[in-house]
Formats: sequence, structure tokens, C-alpha cells
Amino acid sequence: MTTAIEIAPQPEVSGRALRAFLRNPAAMLASGFLVFVTAVAFAAPLIYPEDPLSMVARPFLWPGQNPQFPLGSDSLGRDVAAGLVWGSRISLIIGIAAMALGVSIGVVIGATAGYFGGRIDDGLVRLVEIFQTTPSFLMLIVLVAIAEPRVESITVGIALVTWPTIARLVRAEFRSLREKDFVTAARGLGYGHLRIIFIEILPNALPPIIVTSSVIVASAILMESALSFMGLGDPNRISWGSMIGANRETLRTTWYLTAVPGVAIVLTVLALNMIGDALNDALNPRLSAER
Amino acid sequence: MPLLSVADLHTHFRTPRGILRAVDGVSLTIEKGESVGLVGESGCGKSTLGKTVLRLVDPTSGRVTFDGEDVVRLSRDALGPYRRRAQMIFQDPFSSLNPRHTIERILTAPLSVHGIGDRNERRRRVRAMIERVGLPLSSLSRYPHEFSGGQRQRVGIARALILGPDLVICDEPVSALDLSIQAQILNLLVEMKRDFNLSYLFISHDLSVIRYFADRVLVMYLGRVVESAAGADLWAKPLHPYTRALIQAIPDPTRRRQAAPIGGDIASPEDIPRGCRFHPRCPIATSICAEREPALETHAPGHQAACHHAGKLSRPPEA
Amino acid sequence: MTAPLLDVSNLTIRFPTGTPVADLGFAVGEGETVAVVGESGSGKSLTALAIMRLLPRTARTTSGGIRFQGRDLLALPEPEMRRVRGRKIAMIFQEPMTSLNPVLTIGKQIAEVLRLHEGLSSEAARKRSIQLLDLVRVADPHLRVDDFPHRLSGGMRQRAMIAMAVACGPKLLIADEPTTALDVTIQAQVLDLLDRLRRELGMALVLITHDLGIVGQWADRVVVMYAGRGAEEADATRLLDDPLHPYTRGLLAASPRLDARLHYTAGPLREIPGSIASALGEPGCPFVPRCPMALPTCRTKPPPLEEIRPGRLIACPPTLALERADAAAVGR
Repeated sequence: MTTAIEIAPQPEVSGRALRAFLRNPAAMLASGFLVFVTAVAFAAPLIYPEDPLSMVARPFLWPGQNPQFPLGSDSLGRDVAAGLVWGSRISLIIGIAAMALGVSIGVVIGATAGYFGGRIDDGLVRLVEIFQTTPSFLMLIVLVAIAEPRVESITVGIALVTWPTIARLVRAEFRSLREKDFVTAARGLGYGHLRIIFIEILPNALPPIIVTSSVIVASAILMESALSFMGLGDPNRISWGSMIGANRETLRTTWYLTAVPGVAIVLTVLALNMIGDALNDALNPRLSAER
Repeated sequence: MPLLSVADLHTHFRTPRGILRAVDGVSLTIEKGESVGLVGESGCGKSTLGKTVLRLVDPTSGRVTFDGEDVVRLSRDALGPYRRRAQMIFQDPFSSLNPRHTIERILTAPLSVHGIGDRNERRRRVRAMIERVGLPLSSLSRYPHEFSGGQRQRVGIARALILGPDLVICDEPVSALDLSIQAQILNLLVEMKRDFNLSYLFISHDLSVIRYFADRVLVMYLGRVVESAAGADLWAKPLHPYTRALIQAIPDPTRRRQAAPIGGDIASPEDIPRGCRFHPRCPIATSICAEREPALETHAPGHQAACHHAGKLSRPPEA
Repeated sequence: MTAPLLDVSNLTIRFPTGTPVADLGFAVGEGETVAVVGESGSGKSLTALAIMRLLPRTARTTSGGIRFQGRDLLALPEPEMRRVRGRKIAMIFQEPMTSLNPVLTIGKQIAEVLRLHEGLSSEAARKRSIQLLDLVRVADPHLRVDDFPHRLSGGMRQRAMIAMAVACGPKLLIADEPTTALDVTIQAQVLDLLDRLRRELGMALVLITHDLGIVGQWADRVVVMYAGRGAEEADATRLLDDPLHPYTRGLLAASPRLDARLHYTAGPLREIPGSIASALGEPGCPFVPRCPMALPTCRTKPPPLEEIRPGRLIACPPTLALERADAAAVGR
């Protein structure tokens, strides 16, 4: 071979996506906020070593009234700031754990259905449809009510109502990717099904899964809050939802007791959705090229 | 004994509009070291035939015998040894390489899946192969999108050859490439054939590429082989009217502004005409052509055609 | 000599990332077929889009002129340009499936052009659509007119595109790789059709292609482009018989052709080494990295297209010098 070959250096795909993400100011702001919330959650035992459920102050302290309790206290004299800090742990743990579990189930089922097709696909699609046609929040309430309302059961419950979304997405991705020549080539080289599914196809299906996952974390946080608001949360752990729920009776007089955790939920969910949008733009090169 | 022999192979697909008969009774043989060209237009089933031979698609009926063993009867798990000996090179160098894997990973995986060599041995083989196809060693750590079409096709060739196959099916390997790159890849394929003693089934829609590359040529139309001959015979004396039309349809400066050789569209393989498949477009069709399907018959030594009027078309084309 | 129908001179197209077309010039006479040949990355399709003024927003035609019937298209305000497009200059593309709207019938899409440019009533437009489908040799045009694009074969779709393009009787039809997506027997039909329409409707045809065989069979004149620049311009038959530019010569030698007695057992094909990507950032002639006869002077500045004999231009000073020396030797 005498052919001279030069390879034009080009930025790598993931590097380009990362730069696109970093250039997006909304995404940076949202990421900054989430890093802050995560740091607070980790540091909760250091900031407020005491149980946030214990009564430490005079009831109904307004924010700023007593510098020792900057966000005031509730009807039982519990420190709102401590509740907020400890509540972030529950929100994040449940949000992330439920997402991880739901995405795992969804990926396995969606990949199996999309890759094998045929009867396996028909059967799994039926299963997904059963879950998707049942009102998901009602199902969640029933699931949590049957099991004891604890962090674990809530997480499993939320995962069970969110996996179908991921499964549908993964199935669609796999159906189109399995037709690509590189998958045919992999079969022709004698690769096993597991290798083709997890090593050849899945990495190519990841971008939309990542985007959807960030939105799923947000909706899991919302679901947990809703459950806690209705009194179906873990009674031994404080969460943003249970703070709102516990103080809804005094909404007219001491509105800050619901507003403070409410704002925390809104900001966190908003940040997650903004990150989802930014990831979508960054991982979808065609879209970002048009800007 | 030929390396590969295919007998009365059918590959049908069920579609919402009916049965699609992509491959509809094809027989062929490939001798060791032979380069067989398979030419035809889109929808003629040439790609499906290639994939069926490799068991990437399951045939509806028929036999594929490779080195004396019936490949169709092998279970999917027992295909391993066959996969090592029969490989494929794809048309589109953009979709045939996994965009998320480095070239090194793409080339090492076949070896590790088949348990060939230890780490060092694999590394040595991959390095030797990448240099053999004319790419620098530094390409190993790069991703497919960093290469041009021709360079990717070199990677595709390296991947097909890394397991040391005897038979390689080339599915339009240069159709997606620019003219100035096509010659490079064709020359590389020829060198590989010589160095590794390969047999090729070379699928293309481009008669001029087939002419350069094939010892023997099969012409396919709507799922069937309509003519089969040694390359030289086919160009000099095509027996089937479709082959003649194909040859005359190639843009050629010596035929300034001549009318198209045949009209009409290729029928859908879901709705194959009765009788001779080609008769609705055939310039010399008679009533028998609409009624009876002609069999592939020998008209001269090593020259077969499936046409009721094959004998009457002895005049060479004007080209 | 009368002014040509289309006169492209010193056309340069710039993007923020590079200059894909530089200093390109060629002319198209009334009723003439001019082929623009090049591989992908040669800038041939961008040239077509520039003539139609349909370049992407980020592109800028920084210099040069495109004169059509004596008017400078680059200076025309957009509303007037819209009246030129479709009515005076029409264009067809490589992939007829993506350039037709999948949710409208063929008839509606042709009628739309007629209503827009000719102001026909919908009934008259439909009648004319059927006539046009008949003109482009679509069988049963009164039935096909109500078909959606996906119901038609690739060849039929390209015919429908051609019907739309010639609906208003343009003076110039630009066909960008019109047959690349089609099978060879269908390709012959479509090229035959384009040439017949050219004669019957008195249009000029700009045929953008990568296939030298098509050039030889159907074009009057040909412009060979390499990396955004004109490399050679000649009568089509002359070019194929006697290519001068090293790139054209390499291309012709590299292409396996039916008439050539080339077979792998007899030896390798002549290759052009490297790829067109090597032209990037080349200050001189873009072909230098792949050229067998490059001189140090070729690297200093891009060579202009120079006339070597009437109707024959090449952008290659070494070849030019050789040819002139030959001509002088013969003359003596």
C-alpha cells in the first residue's frame, strides 16, 4: 500500500456534547443549584445533627424572628430549616433510587422487546400497555398502601409506575438500531445476544435515555412529595412533601410553612427539567447545529 | 467440491401487503479462490441472498452447503465455526461501524468473542491487520466518525478479515464511495484476495465494477438468477434481454444521446409477474413468456440463461 | 457571440468554517447541456444552490456574479428572485422521496406550482398537471395524479419532480445528481427524458453529476470541479477522449469501465492516492497533495482556469506548459 492517509482530527462526539452543555447558561445555573442541594443533603448530619422531627423551638416562629431558626418553626416547634435540609435527603434518595430502578427495569424490558421482536415483543408491549393504561398515581397509592409506607416501598412503587416510559423509549431505539449494519456485522461475527444488546446497541441508545432519566428524577420527587402530602410518606422521615402536608391546615395564617418546602420542590424539579432540556440539545447534534 | 454451493434457495418475508419473495429459487456455486459477481437492480434480492448465505437471515427453503456442511440446518449456537470462515463487507461505511467504539475495540472484539489468542496475540493481530489495510497504527484509538468514507471501508475490510475467513461476501463495497476512492478499495480487495486466498461473492448494481472484479457473473432479476456466465462471455454475448438492457443502460460516451434500452419499472417483489418475471419490460416477449416461467438452461459451455428466446439473441449488443 | 443564458463568474461561497467554492466561472448557452462534475466535497451542489439563491443562511457569496438573461441574480431583491425560481430556473434533486411532500398528492403538488406562478384556477391546474405527467411519460397520468408520493416507485417520483420543475416552462433546469438514487435502467430512462424535454421545451440543462459516463453520453460541455475550484472545462466528448488535467486523467484511469479491458487478474486499477480532504488548507492548487506532476510553484497560489485552445480551459500550469510546448513543436 502506498496510499497516503491523513486523518482529519475532529472533536469527539461526547466532547462536543459536553461543550454544548457547558455553553448553555440555563443548564449551568440548574446544575449549580442541584450540586448545592446535593451538598446540603450530604451535609445534613453536620449542619443539623439533631433529629429534625424533635421539638426544639417555640411553635409558629416566623422566618427571621429568631436567628437561631432562620426559617422559623412549625406548629410543633420543629425547626423548618432543619426539616428542609433533612427533607432534601429523602427527595434526592427517592428520586434517584426510583429512577435507577425504573430505568433498569425499563431498559431490560425495552431492550428485550426491541431487540428480539416477534412474540417476545408482542408480549412485553402488552405488559407495558397494562401499566400505562392504569392511572399511575392511583396505582402508586395502592402499592404504597398495601406495603408499609417506607422509603424502600415508596421507591419501588415509583419505579413500578415509571419504567414503562423508559421501556417504550428503549424499545423504539432498539428497533431502529438493530437494523443498522453494525449490528448485522456483529451478528455476522458471531457475537452473542447479550453482547450485542449491552455492548453494541445500548451505548448508542443512551442519549435519549439520559435525557428522560433526568425528567424521571423530577417526577419521582414530585410523586414522593404528593404521597407524603397525603400522609402516605415514611412517618419516621421528614420530607418536603410531608412538611407541606403537615402544615396545610395553617396555610392561611402561617403560609411560610408550606411555601418554603414548596419552593424547594419547585426549584429542584425545575432545575432537573432544565438539565433534561439542555442534555437533549447537547446530545442531539442536529438540533444544536441549527442554532 | 466447491467451497460454497447454494441449491434452490428461497427467502420469503411476510409483509402487510403479502408475501415478499426476495430470493425465489436461486442456485449457485463458488469455487475456492473464485470471485463471483452478482449484479442486479434494487429489489432483485441480491443483498438478501448474501445475508441468507451468511445465515443473517433465515431461508424459507433450500440448501446452503459450505465446505460440505449444510449451514441451513445448523442451530444458531452451532454457527460459530461458520462465522469464522464466512464474513461480510457492507455498503455503507457510516452505519456499519459502531459509532461508540474505537477502531481497536471494533477489531479486537471478534477475536475475543471467538477466543482467539491471548491479549498480546490479539493486539499483535489487530495491529498487523490495520497496517495491512493501509491505515496508520494511530487510527486504533480513534472513533469511526473521525475517518473518511474510504478509510472507514478499510476498517470494515479489516474487521471482516480479522477472523481469517475463506469466503467474503462484499455487499456493494464501493457504491457509497467517491470515484477516486473506489479504485483504492477495489485494489485493496484484490490484494486481500491474493494474500489471504479468499473467495468472493461480490454484489453490486454496477456492471463496470463487476466486470473488473468477477471471474464469473450472475445476473439477478426479481429474486432469480436469469443469466450466469464467465465474465468475458457475458459482456461479449449476453443471452438474456435483461442483461443486454443492463449493459446498454450504462452511460457510455459512444452512445451519444441514445434512447433508454428498456422502459417500464421493476415490479415489486411482493407482486411478481406470472410467467417470465421480466416479460412486462421485455422487448422480445411473446405469448409463451406470459404463461410459462423459463428455467435456467445451458446454452453454451458455462453459460446459462433463463429465457425462452435466449437462442434467438445471438447478435451482440451494439456497444 | 451573444450573451450566454447563464454566466457564473468568479463565484466564491464562504461559510464561517471555510470556503467550499472559490473563483468558479462557467457559462451556459440557450438550450445547451452543461455538466458540472466532481466528487462529494467538490462544491458542485452548493454552486447549484447559489444559482437558485437557496444557500443556507450562514453561507455568503462574497464575490463574483451570477448573471441570468443579463440580470445579476445576486443583486435581485428576494421577491423578484422568487419569481425567477420555478418560473425561469427550476431545480430537481437527487432524492425524489425527500423533496416531495409526503402528505400531498402528486397532482396537488404540481398544481400548486401552476397556481403560484401562472395563476391558474384549481381546475385548470389539475388538467395541466395531468398533461405534464403525460409529458414526462408517466403511464395513466389521470390516475397517478391522485397518488401520494410513497405509492410511486423512485423513477416515477423523479418524473413527478421533473413535471413540477418544467411546469412553467423554465429556460434553465438544474438537475443535481438526478439519477444517483435510481437503478441503472431507470437512470437511462430519466436521462433520456431530461434530454427530450430540453429539446422540446427549449431549455438549457445544468447536469450535476459524479458520473463521467453520463457526462460523455448526455452533455455538450463539462466543467470538472475539484475542492471548490474549476479544474478543467471542455466539450464533453473531447474531455473523455483527451483529458488534460491530472485530476480528470486520474479519474478516468481509476474508473472501471465496460469498454476498457480491465480485470483484476491483469493488474490493479490506477489509483488517485489520498482523498479530497487533503485539499483543506492548501494555499496553492487544491489537487497538489494528490497530484503526480505537482511542481513547487503549484503550492504558492491556486492556478486560474486558462484557455489552452478555443473552448478548452484547464487550471494546471505544468500541463499548460507541456501542451504549449507540444503545440509549438508541431507548429515548427
